Amino acid sequence: MGTYAKEELLACVIARLLDGARHAAIGASSPIPASGAFLHQQKDATFRVSLQQRRAANPFTEGSRELFDLAGQGRIDVFFLGGAQIDGEGAINLVRADGKRFPGSFGSAYMYPVVPRTILFREEHSRRTLVPRVEFVSARGTPAALLTGMALFAWQKDKRRFRLDSVHPGNTPAGVREQTGFDYDVAADCAETAPPSTQELEMLRTKVRAGIAENYPEFAARVWKDRG
Amino acid sequence: MSESLAARIPDGAFLALPPDYSFVAMDVVRALVRRKAKNLRLLGVPILGMGADLLIGAGCVAEVETSAVSLGEAGLAPRFTEAAEKGLIQVKDATCPAIHAALQAAEKGVPYMPLSGVLGSDLVKERKDWRVESGLLIVPALRPDVALFHARWADEAGNVWVGRRRELATAAHAAHSTLVTYEEKRKGDMLEDELLAPGVISSIYVTAAAAAPRGAWPLAMPGVYGVDDAHIALYAKAAKTQAGFSRYLDEWVHTPRKSFSPA
Repeated sequence: MGTYAKEELLACVIARLLDGARHAAIGASSPIPASGAFLHQQKDATFRVSLQQRRAANPFTEGSRELFDLAGQGRIDVFFLGGAQIDGEGAINLVRADGKRFPGSFGSAYMYPVVPRTILFREEHSRRTLVPRVEFVSARGTPAALLTGMALFAWQKDKRRFRLDSVHPGNTPAGVREQTGFDYDVAADCAETAPPSTQELEMLRTKVRAGIAENYPEFAARVWKDRG
Repeated sequence: MSESLAARIPDGAFLALPPDYSFVAMDVVRALVRRKAKNLRLLGVPILGMGADLLIGAGCVAEVETSAVSLGEAGLAPRFTEAAEKGLIQVKDATCPAIHAALQAAEKGVPYMPLSGVLGSDLVKERKDWRVESGLLIVPALRPDVALFHARWADEAGNVWVGRRRELATAAHAAHSTLVTYEEKRKGDMLEDELLAPGVISSIYVTAAAAAPRGAWPLAMPGVYGVDDAHIALYAKAAKTQAGFSRYLDEWVHTPRKSFSPA
């Protein structure tokens, strides 16, 4: 298996979350979700990935509203959202916190409640980003999962509460608790996140890399320059 | 030529601009900075990027209505961020499909448009002009004074071609006037060409058009030139401080010779 980048591990976790999905849309500035979606596409050729800001061969011919119209009709079943802040109820904040201004809500306010499988993703895992209550609710919905640079949480619909499912290599459940600002449950079988397989790394470093480099050149250069 | 379009955008105008991936008339943006435009109200269709950041940093903007302002992979839009944090500009936060719906209301000539989703967002509390009815969000029509963008071609009949970037067509349909720069002029009438016609915005909507080869630079005109990522990164770094931003303007905006060509 050999060494791998953290971004590659995260892409693999995302790909595993996409089992059974038909169509994922990827919004702005999301190279890791895009990598995970392209990786899943290598395993399931019927899985469609639409990059909203794809530079060449953009999938939308009715302008950027087509993404939202597709979602409104139920033609998109997976979307990814991040947040300057994410709270224990799954609400996200992309607008402002602690006197700081962030870019804004993008399409999140609409996509989160409309798309059936919304995966929350934020690489930084800290008490600054994972808070008890967001300062501004950009969007609220029912998440499928929350993935960070430290761990993977599932969402428990009945309790409306996160559950720690796995901890990435190099981290511990206690360390995750220490860095998380909201309360959550821990799965009885909470384990270490499975590392990328040889096959997954091979796909990431060839076909996935090529698709990502076209749209996220800086990211691709940073992650894959010295690999594969 | 871009100067002549900038002259048609009055101070205080409600100005619709596309996202960085959708044909921004950057050369006119630079001309607006040079003519020291004031109190512009920018509308992001549905988000804004480097063009808006330049205008904000140069003091041309009083208000932005948008779903986000960002430089994409190059990170936060630094002049927007500082201006918003210091309260130097008003920010009316929105969400992408609400802006699309509001422009669609304007292009249909109806006063508002319903939209699903959004109700759990604090945007609904903050936007006093939005209301909720029968479980749907109702957004009032948005009618920009001016829609401004770049196009691949203009033709002798006054049409412009924007291909799949149909949000530009929606903005043009909704706005009182539409100003367009273009890469190249084509002979004849593009509406007579079955393959080109679907990407055309007809002359009905085009108030004025001016040639500006590489007019979207450092942003892209797909099929002609890509994004100048190195220049965007250079801008993102320079604009972190007002002093660095001023130096950027001196070098790249107030020196028109350089503005047309890549770094």
